[in-house]
Amino acid sequence: MSSDKTTVDTTKAGTAVDAPPAAIPVVDPRLLVREQGFRGYWTEFVRRVKGGELGSMPVIGALIIIFIVFQVANDRFLSANNISNVGYYLAGTGMLSIGLVFVLLLGEIDLSVASVSGLASAIFAVFTTTHGMNMWLAVLLTVLIGVVIGAFHGFFLAKVGVPAFVVTLAGFLGWNGLMLWLLRKTGSLSIADKGPIHLVDQTSFFMGSDIAGAYILATVGVAVLLIGSLVDQARRRKAGVPFRPTSEIILRTVLLAIVSYAIAALLNNANGVPNALVLFLVVLVIGDFVVRRTTFGRKVFALGGSLEASRRAGISVPAIQMAVFAIAGGFAALGGLFIAGQTQTANSQAGSGNLLMLAIAAAVIGGTSLFGGRGSIWSALIGGLVIQSIQTGLDLLNMDTSIQYMITGAVLLAAVIIDSVSRRTQRTSGRA
Amino acid sequence: MSATPVLALRGVSKRFGAVQALTDVELEVHAGEVVALVGDNGAGKSTLVKTIAGVHPIDEGSIEWEGREVSINRPQDAQHLGVATVYQDLALCDNLDVVGNLFLGRELLRFGSLDEVAMEQRSRELLDTLSIRIPSVRIPIASLSGGQRQVVAIARALIGEPKVVILDEPTAALGVEQTAQVLDLVERLRERGLGVILISHNMADVMAVADNVHVLRLGRNNGTFEVKTTTNEEIIAAITGATDNAVTRRRARNPEAAK
Ligand SMILES: Nc1ncnc2c1ncn2[C@@H]1O[C@H](COP(=O)(O)OP(=O)(O)OP(=O)(O)O)[C@@H](O)[C@H]1O
Ligand SMILES: [Mg+2]
Repeated sequence: MSSDKTTVDTTKAGTAVDAPPAAIPVVDPRLLVREQGFRGYWTEFVRRVKGGELGSMPVIGALIIIFIVFQVANDRFLSANNISNVGYYLAGTGMLSIGLVFVLLLGEIDLSVASVSGLASAIFAVFTTTHGMNMWLAVLLTVLIGVVIGAFHGFFLAKVGVPAFVVTLAGFLGWNGLMLWLLRKTGSLSIADKGPIHLVDQTSFFMGSDIAGAYILATVGVAVLLIGSLVDQARRRKAGVPFRPTSEIILRTVLLAIVSYAIAALLNNANGVPNALVLFLVVLVIGDFVVRRTTFGRKVFALGGSLEASRRAGISVPAIQMAVFAIAGGFAALGGLFIAGQTQTANSQAGSGNLLMLAIAAAVIGGTSLFGGRGSIWSALIGGLVIQSIQTGLDLLNMDTSIQYMITGAVLLAAVIIDSVSRRTQRTSGRA
Repeated sequence: MSATPVLALRGVSKRFGAVQALTDVELEVHAGEVVALVGDNGAGKSTLVKTIAGVHPIDEGSIEWEGREVSINRPQDAQHLGVATVYQDLALCDNLDVVGNLFLGRELLRFGSLDEVAMEQRSRELLDTLSIRIPSVRIPIASLSGGQRQVVAIARALIGEPKVVILDEPTAALGVEQTAQVLDLVERLRERGLGVILISHNMADVMAVADNVHVLRLGRNNGTFEVKTTTNEEIIAAITGATDNAVTRRRARNPEAAK
C-alpha cells in the first residue's frame, strides 16, 4: 500500500481512527472478577456449573464412578497391568476420535471412520504382505488413501451439498464392502510384526520399558505446561492485557504433576508406557496446536459457529470442509493401523461392531459438542479413557458382547444428553 | 474530491427467483465522500450492499473499482479490493470470542501461530475508540448485548486496509453515546480519505454526516440529493414516492409533533 492518505494505518488499527479515547475503566464494573486466593476458584467453579460450562467435570465424575464400580466388581481393575491395557487400547480408537473432533467442531458428523479404518488395515496388509512393500512407505500410502477418501466425502458435502450424514453413511457401507472384497479370498491377512506395526504392538514400550521413560515423559509434559504458561504470562503482562495469576499457574502445574507422576509410577509397575500411547499423546499435542493456535483451527471453529458469517469473513468454506473430512479420513486410516497392530492381522471384522459408536462417544463424552463450534482435541483422550475403561472393565468381568453393546449405547446416550442440556443451559445464560 | 469514483455501480440488477430486488441501479462513491443510501423497508439497500460485498454476485450491469471494471463474485474479492462491510445482520460467529470475531479471516500471526496477545491488545484499543464497554474481550459474542455486538461488527470493518467502508444500519441498536461515536467515526473515515456508504433510516443522522444521499425505491434509483442543498422533505418524498405521504400527512395532523 502506498503511503497516501487514503490508506488506513493498519500497524495500529486502534489508533487508525484517531479517536480521543474516552476515559473508560479498564475493567467493566459488572465483570465478575474471581476473588483472590483459592476461595475464588470455588466461587468461580460454582458460577460456571450454574452457567452450563460443565467443561470436563461430568467426565471426571464418570471416570471416578467407573473406577469405583469396576474395582469393587473385580479387584484387578486398578492393577498396573490393567491400567496399562487401558492406555494401550485407547490409542487406536482415540485416533478415530481425534478426526471426529475436527468434524464435530464443524457441526458435522462422519459415520464412515470405522469402515475406513478397517479398509486401511486391509490395504496395508495387501501392500506389505501380498506385495512386500516397505512398511513405512505402506503406512504413508495407507494414510494418504484415508485422506483421499475423507476428502471425497468432504467434496460431496462442500461442493454438491449432500448432508455429511448421508455421504458418510454411504461410505460406512461402501468402504466396508471394499475391505471385504480385498480380503475375499482369505478372510484375513497377517501383517509382519516389525517396523511401524511393531511400534504399536502391545509388547512395545517407551525406551524399552526403562523406568526412567515414564518419568521423562511426565517431566516433559509438566515442564512444557509450566514454561509455556510463564512465557505467556510474561508476554501478556508486558502487553498490558489480562493474564493468568501465578497462583493459578502453580495450581494447574501441581495438579498435572500429581496426575502424570502417579500414572507414570503406576505404569512403571507394569512395563512402562506403551509406545502406542506415546504416539497418541504426541498426535494429541500437535492436534491441539492446530485447533487452537493456527488460522486453520480458528476457521474450523468459525464454520461451526456460523457458516454464513465465515463465508462473509472471506473464509473459503468448501476448502475448510473438505480439509476437515480429509483429516478425519487420515486419522481413521491411522487408527486402523493402530488397531491392526494390536493383533498383527487385517481381518474382515476390522472396523465393524461398536468401533464407530465408541469413537463418537469418546469425542462427545470428552466434551466436544455435537452442535459444532465447541470442543477440544483433548476430548479424544478424556472420553477415550472413559470408554476404554468401560470396555476393559467389562472384558475383565467376561461380559457378553450383547451387554457390552447395551452399555456402550447407554453411555453414548448419556453423553449426548449432557451435551444437549449444557447447550440449553448455556443458551438461557446467554452463552450459546 | 477525485474525479474517478473509487467505487461505481453501473446498471446493476439482481434477481432472487421471482423477486427483482435491484433494477438498473447506479451508484458512485468517491474517496473522502460519505454517501447515504436511504429507502423504505425492502427497497433493496441491503441487497445492494451484499452485491458490492460479494455475498450475492450481480446478475446484470458492472462494478467499477477506481475506474476499472471488476468482477466481485465472492466476499474475498471485495475484501481484496478494499471493501469492508458491516452487515445489517452483523454476521458474527456466536461461539467465538470478541477477539476471534474481530480478526476472523485476517488473524495476526507470530512464528506461524496465532498471536493472541497482539490481537487482544489491538481489540481493546479499537473498542475503546468506539466508547463501548464490553466486560471482557474474551467472552463469546453470544453473551453480548445487541448494541455491543453491533460495535464489534463495526470495529471488525476497521481492521485491515479498507478504502471503502459500508455500514448497513450501523446505529440501529446503539445508545446515544455510541451513536455519536459511530457518526464521529464516519467523519474520521472521510477525513482519512475513505469512501463511506452509510445506510440509515434516521434522517437526522444522514443529514448530519452524509455528503450525498441516494434514494432507492422498489429496487430502483429514485433520486440523488446533495445534502447541502436539500431539505428533509424532498428526500422523504423521494423515499415514499409521493409528496403526499404518510410522513407529511402525519405532520399536517399535528404540526407541533413535527419537530
Ligand atoms: N436472499 C434473498 N432471497 C430472496 N429474496 C431476497 C433475499 N434478500 C432480499 N430479498 C428481497 O429483496 C428485497 C430487498 O431486500 P433488502 O434486504 O435489500 O431490503 P432493505 O432495503 O435492506 O430493507 P430494510 O430497510 O428493511 O433493511 C426484499 O423484497 C426482499 O424480500
Ligand atoms: Mg436492509
